[in-house]
Amino acid sequence: MKSNVSKSTATAPRLPKCPTGIQGLDEITGGGFPRGRPTLVCGGAGCGKTLLAAEFLVRGAVQFGEPGVLMAFEETEAELKANVASLGFDLAGLVRRKKILLDYVHIERSEVQESGEYDLEGLFVRLNHAIDAIGAKRVVLDSLEALFASLPNEAILRAELRRLFRWLKVKGVTAVITAERGREQLTRHGLEEYVSDCVILLDHRVVDQIATRNLRVVKYRGALHGTNEFPFLIGDEGLSVLPITSLGLNHKISAERISTGIPRLDAMLGGRGFFRGSSILLTGTPGTGKTIVAANFAQAAARRGERVLFFSFEESPNQIIRNMHSIGLRLEPLVQRGLLRFHSARPSLYGLEMHLATMFKEITEFQPHVVVMDPITSLMDAGTANECRAMVTRLVDYLKAGQVTTLFTSLTQAGHALQQSEASMSSLMDSWLLLQDMEGNGERNRVLYVLKARGMAHSNQIREFLISDRGIDLVDAYIGVSGVLTGSARVAQGALEKAAVLAAQQEAAQLKREVERKRAALERQISDLRADYETEALELRRIAEQVGTRTSVLGTERAASGILRQADIKVAAGSRSKPSLGRKH
Amino acid sequence: MKPKPVKRRAAAPAQRKPTKLWQLRLYVMGQTPKSLTAFANLKKICESQLKGLYRITVIDLVKQPHLAKGDQILAIPTVVRKLPKPVRTLIGNLSDTERVLVGLDLRPAD
Repeated sequence: MKSNVSKSTATAPRLPKCPTGIQGLDEITGGGFPRGRPTLVCGGAGCGKTLLAAEFLVRGAVQFGEPGVLMAFEETEAELKANVASLGFDLAGLVRRKKILLDYVHIERSEVQESGEYDLEGLFVRLNHAIDAIGAKRVVLDSLEALFASLPNEAILRAELRRLFRWLKVKGVTAVITAERGREQLTRHGLEEYVSDCVILLDHRVVDQIATRNLRVVKYRGALHGTNEFPFLIGDEGLSVLPITSLGLNHKISAERISTGIPRLDAMLGGRGFFRGSSILLTGTPGTGKTIVAANFAQAAARRGERVLFFSFEESPNQIIRNMHSIGLRLEPLVQRGLLRFHSARPSLYGLEMHLATMFKEITEFQPHVVVMDPITSLMDAGTANECRAMVTRLVDYLKAGQVTTLFTSLTQAGHALQQSEASMSSLMDSWLLLQDMEGNGERNRVLYVLKARGMAHSNQIREFLISDRGIDLVDAYIGVSGVLTGSARVAQGALEKAAVLAAQQEAAQLKREVERKRAALERQISDLRADYETEALELRRIAEQVGTRTSVLGTERAASGILRQADIKVAAGSRSKPSLGRKH
Repeated sequence: MKPKPVKRRAAAPAQRKPTKLWQLRLYVMGQTPKSLTAFANLKKICESQLKGLYRITVIDLVKQPHLAKGDQILAIPTVVRKLPKPVRTLIGNLSDTERVLVGLDLRPAD
């Protein structure tokens, strides 16, 4: 915050600024009100004009060593002292120490008659006297428009007011003039005509039964300023304006990673968990274990010795501690060691801005490394969706600027699209984990997956999320043709798969045996055939031998008979080997 | 107009105002024309209405600025009727005599 202020002042060096010291206002205006010029603060009844002006003076006197004069036209000194005392300002003490001078100007119209011309030199004299008496640098006129009710001649009054503002400029005091909001114009009597350097509009409006105060810088001559409406609060430490975003997205960034407290989840997030200083959204339907994951994260951080601030909007600290004990998380020792602090508040206890202010206060006090908000959606009850989003934005900005790792849990109502309600919020988040119920097979099972994780490789797998008395375990869910199976279905599917594998193995073995058998049969056949063949070949050889023997025997017999017959000896002798020829003869 | 002492002695409930000494304060800022006119007008009216029964104190806020707060002075010139009670305030250069008479609750004494 401080860096923003100094930066803005550095960019607009020509116009000297007068810091208000009011939280947030100096950021919006880039350093404060224009120094030495009048600033107009206008707004309806009860929107905090006087308070803003008074705080400007008090902080000026206390923090910046600039004494101030408060000229009140509506409230008496005693009333003023009492009113601002309730905000922790010791106006009476400052008056005693001559840091602030109160001057109550009162005119009763019924007591005043007018005859002829006049001017407001008396007011000038009083103001001048007051300024000189304490060397004031700041002046508040609250609210000048009361003069319109007291003095009948408006023409004179207007001329004199014009002169007054000029005179204030010449005097070199930084003035704040409050005025009632008009119907058609910014102020009821058109004071904005005269005060043209800086105009701030306060507004108190009720939307959906929730009142919000807003502040807008309508005009700031010669300086850049935030033009939006900024919600502001009147707390026990005065006003605080809450700029929706810090002026730039220039947070310091850490590459350090911190564990989620669930090893398997770390593995899903690139193996090392979240980035330090990142914002994490954890969404889920009721009963999916958001608080458990959050508590795990908190425990892990506290065990590393980091300070953890746990905002709970639904459960009391003791209830959380007890419930987490049942799953093996022991938070109580961490609370006792001062590492873990709970802050429980019902969302409907007060408005959104008040919640935000309380959270800021707690965070500033405790200086945590890790903040858990459980659940952020509860705060939706305390404001409209837009306001809630704006609040989360501011919170994220604030925490990121402080390098605080923040885990927001967010409840998704059953029946809504999972991403829908958080869509507006998710763009602010660096990581988004989704917890979901898987229904079927007569049971509900929790699954978890990483929807997004900026800047890190992350798993795309759905993991089943088991909660036992030993804590959280993440199991691979079965993902197959029939969808994602969890719980007993996953187990059954596992068994089914095992059986299938076994059957396949058995079948293969069977087939192998069959083939083996066939081969054996084939070999048997081959050997049979070979045996046949060998038998036949043997037979053939035997027959051939027989034939040979017979032929030679025949030839011998013929020769013998020829010899016997004594005929054709030569022929018979020459055709001995050719029995057929012999037979022809 | 009767002399002062006589008036005092003859103080009666019905005649409350003329019976007392009128204390008037005129607040001015230096010797401006407006201040001088106012003083002249006031003097003239008092002379004609309250001769000898009034006392005008002129307070110059240039010299005594701290006195402005006491009578809640904003406009210059301002006449404050301190006595008789109640306090009445009249602003302007008092050029409108009729309004001065009404404003200071002065009535022609007859």
